Amino acid sequence: MRGDDRAPSARAYLALAAAGFRRYATYRQAMVAAIVTNSVFGFLRFAVMLAVLDAGARTVAGYDEPQLATFVWAGQGLIGVVLLWAPLDLAERIRTGDVITDLLRPIDPVWQLLAADLGRAGYAAITRFVGPVIIGALVFELYAPQRPMTYALFVCSALLATVVCFGCRYLVNAAAYWLLDARGPNMFWTLTSGILGGIYFPVWFFPDALATALIVLTPFPSVIQIPLDVLVERGSAGQRLALLGVQAGWVVAILALCRWVQARGERKLVIQGG
Amino acid sequence: MRVAAYRYLLGAQVRSQSQYRASFLADVIGSLMFGVIDVAGVVVVFRVTPTLGGFGFAEVFLMTALAGCAFALGDLAIGNVERLRQYIRSGLLDALLVRPLSSLAQLAVMDVATRRVGRVAFGVVMVVVATAYAQVALTPARLALLMATPIAGAMIFGAIFVATATVAFWWVESGEIANGLTYGGLTFAQYPITIYGALFRRLFAYAIGFAFVAYYPTLTLLERADPLGAPPLLGYASPVVATAAVIAAGLTWRAGVRHYRSTGS
Repeated sequence: MRGDDRAPSARAYLALAAAGFRRYATYRQAMVAAIVTNSVFGFLRFAVMLAVLDAGARTVAGYDEPQLATFVWAGQGLIGVVLLWAPLDLAERIRTGDVITDLLRPIDPVWQLLAADLGRAGYAAITRFVGPVIIGALVFELYAPQRPMTYALFVCSALLATVVCFGCRYLVNAAAYWLLDARGPNMFWTLTSGILGGIYFPVWFFPDALATALIVLTPFPSVIQIPLDVLVERGSAGQRLALLGVQAGWVVAILALCRWVQARGERKLVIQGG
Repeated sequence: MRVAAYRYLLGAQVRSQSQYRASFLADVIGSLMFGVIDVAGVVVVFRVTPTLGGFGFAEVFLMTALAGCAFALGDLAIGNVERLRQYIRSGLLDALLVRPLSSLAQLAVMDVATRRVGRVAFGVVMVVVATAYAQVALTPARLALLMATPIAGAMIFGAIFVATATVAFWWVESGEIANGLTYGGLTFAQYPITIYGALFRRLFAYAIGFAFVAYYPTLTLLERADPLGAPPLLGYASPVVATAAVIAAGLTWRAGVRHYRSTGS
């Protein structure tokens, strides 16, 4: 079905990414609504952080006030870039059988969707990320990274985070190959990604050993916590590079898992008769 | 006759939703976990701080439990009204409007999410545990307040669900903007209102009324003076505020339905 004579070129991926970018650029009202919602939660979450600082300590879990402000507000923006919570489009396509059209294309479905998702993330980076950061900066004192290098590292980290998040969402959706309904896995993802990923509070609020274990052994902190730690320059430069290494490891692991699950799922789909 | 019609619609929903036992059970447990995470979040925050906005863990835990229970009840009763956008787009709402029953009441019974009983049950247990943990001295008046608070809070959250969903009558692509007030309202009400900035507090606590979900009742239950100087009797005002919120939401809904011209699909 996937003829070698039509091996996917870089142009095909670029076209998919551009389509992803344009698709989301069409829904401007939804984008504004999302920025408003993320910003409301920015105020709510940062109020809790401020209250923790007001209780006495100058720093908490290794963050001072401006660092926590950046952590919360850039985090609210990052939700849109990695698209932490997304509708279960692929699962619905699997349930209805529409996924067949994806399989007929000469590009593996995982790479197709990843390319489109990166295009989407590109658009979100200049809208949904920037929006809450500006609102946060207008009201609070945000931490600006001290080293120019941090900006480059943050862009890398956010990119890796987008891929890890894509992979997690893909796996949640692919559960529909077996369950026909991805609602259960999606509920699990929504619950764990929020509390273990750094959205509700930095994972360093947990005991250090538990936080380290979460970062290394689960993909959740790679989506939100690690890019934000890189951005606010928590810990030493070496530690931050190690965090990027952890993210890179998760990118490889999760994409490999996606490929494997997809291959198994396709076989399952054939058995069902499409 | 009308009541019989609603009961029939409700019964059909409950039966259909409990058909697939395993999935229903999984959904109930999932809904329960959302309640668990709210409480776990507060526990973790108190790991790094002894007090929050001048309140200790036992006090904030009681606020979190009351807010969580109220939200779960409101969400169970009417939370699915947030899908109004889809109903407007698909034209399903038109089918409801031609029936000789209230459109909002029909949506409530048709969309009742029985799986959310998991979260309600957990919420009730948490209120009991938090009350015992905070050592509330229960007089008859306070017992009545303790029982009325989650119901009043559920009415406030229900009113917010309806009012924010109504926005879709004017703005179909309103996206997730309602979440800021519904789920955001839950987050707000979980913590003492003393932690929020003045402007944000005025808007959420007083103008919308989220302070009456848990904060003021908790002060009264624990016989604590309000650091912001509100009179102690305010703890008993939640049912009044809730009634006003429900009336306001009902009027908004009516205005929305009048404005509705169908999408023509």
